[in-house]
Amino acid sequence: MQQATIINLSYLIASVLFIFGLKGLTHPRTAVKGNLTAAIAMLIAVVVTLLDQNIVGFGVIIAGIIIGGAIGMLLAIKIKMTDIPQLVALFNGFGGGASVFVAGAALIEVSVKTKNPELHLTVATVVSGLVGAVTFWGSLIAFGKLQGLKFANDVRFPGQQLVNSLCALSAIGAGILVVLNPTSIIFYWLLVIVASVLGVLTVIPIGGADMPVVIALLNSYSGLAAAATGFVLGNNILIIAGSLVGASGMILSSIMCKAMNRSLGNVLFGVLEPTADTASADEVYAGKVKSTSADEAAMLFDDARRVVFVPGYGMAVAQAQHAVRDLATLLESKDVEVDFAIHPVAGRMPGHMNVLLAEADISYDKLKEMDDVNPTFQQTDVAIVLGANDVVNPVARTDPKSAIAGMPILDVDKSRTVIVIKRSLSPGFAGIPNPLFAMDNTLMLFGDAKKAILDLITAIKES
Amino acid sequence: MAKTEGEKQMTIFVTALTIFILAVFVGFEIITKIPPTLHTPLMSGSNAISGITLVGAILSAGSQHTVFTTVLGFIALVLATINVVGGFLVTNRMLAMFKKKK
Repeated sequence: MQQATIINLSYLIASVLFIFGLKGLTHPRTAVKGNLTAAIAMLIAVVVTLLDQNIVGFGVIIAGIIIGGAIGMLLAIKIKMTDIPQLVALFNGFGGGASVFVAGAALIEVSVKTKNPELHLTVATVVSGLVGAVTFWGSLIAFGKLQGLKFANDVRFPGQQLVNSLCALSAIGAGILVVLNPTSIIFYWLLVIVASVLGVLTVIPIGGADMPVVIALLNSYSGLAAAATGFVLGNNILIIAGSLVGASGMILSSIMCKAMNRSLGNVLFGVLEPTADTASADEVYAGKVKSTSADEAAMLFDDARRVVFVPGYGMAVAQAQHAVRDLATLLESKDVEVDFAIHPVAGRMPGHMNVLLAEADISYDKLKEMDDVNPTFQQTDVAIVLGANDVVNPVARTDPKSAIAGMPILDVDKSRTVIVIKRSLSPGFAGIPNPLFAMDNTLMLFGDAKKAILDLITAIKES
Repeated sequence: MAKTEGEKQMTIFVTALTIFILAVFVGFEIITKIPPTLHTPLMSGSNAISGITLVGAILSAGSQHTVFTTVLGFIALVLATINVVGGFLVTNRMLAMFKKKK
């Protein structure tokens, strides 16, 4: 058999394994094996590529793999589970960056071999460079925001959308220059620079709670960049693996957008602003907010039969997941039914809360999706809202003019009692007051999420 | 009649496009079945898969066409390897934590 045939057949096997690997992720029971299957597929793809007869310098390859492998391993082992979103953003960016360089190198090679490269090759190179550079810089900014680095603070200025549009148009213009002059490699780098600026400008105004959408979208882009590189190289495994990831990211972004009742365009280019007739914090809260202490709150659990935890980003910030597990275990030992209600956009990336609670050894069948848990709040004695705000704001249901109108929320207000653990009455990402905090059946337990939970545990044990 | 080089290239492109579109559909079918609980591992796992550019990086770095393309290939190789190795490892770490208790 010819070498090329062997390589392509192996790529086919790898593609099938990638698909089986993703299929394994459809259930927590099979997920570890699924991830391993995908890793084996990657190994096969890499090893057979080394058979390619164009490869002469193995030293460079080995050096690159050792360096990259060591860095990747170190990052993956050292990272804290609360920091997973920024790590994923960083890795994502690296994938996009790799596409930029591979497409650039390929364009140089092609333009030396033939003075007139095929149109589809140059177009694919442009897509690869454009999407790859946007992914790289967009992901780096997202990483900076999630890590809390200063350079990535939200920046908004008048005319921002105009500047972004001009930048996008310039990128397309630079792309056309590349297609018209494929042998002038300088135009490719011009494209990469403009696309980099576009990547930075697009992500820099986007705030924390919209991060799940941004990360999912960048995830999709990194796949599309890989697929475009596949078109450049005429390589099937890049096309298949890239499009699988592209599809995955697109679905996740659309799930996240639906969970906020916003369009993708609104998340990327819109600004969430409280409308003029939004009730002010004073009107909503004055004289109605009841503050409580751990000891007082502990008494609520005496005759509780069902307790639901509603975690949000605040739980991640306070690293409270282990304390929450201890409280849940304590309640269960008193024959209380305990569940966890997870809003799709709670945290900074899709499924963020689930990973943290899994880290704290909480059984995954206790992590309930919004649609499953919402009908049960009426039979819930105590709902504990932990560092979540907008996703439990009843205004989403009642006020069609509100910034979060129509956003599906967790109906915690229907529980018999709601304990909200929060540092202060400060608004969530949407910037609007939350009438839940002022309701008759709500008690505010002000303080750090972890400390409050630990105090509750002590108080319940003593009572 | 023998095909011109241009026609041959077009056939290759259409085949690639067919593969791309069909793979997107396969992706949609599988991913919609993944439960929200596993969305973070899905992202980091699929992220690692998108590091498949590693294959392209190996070709760029290894063919040693010019010094410049080799350097570009090498940078791509390091970035993609971080993406792949780190991605699969951290996904494995996460997934190992998902347990069901009685």
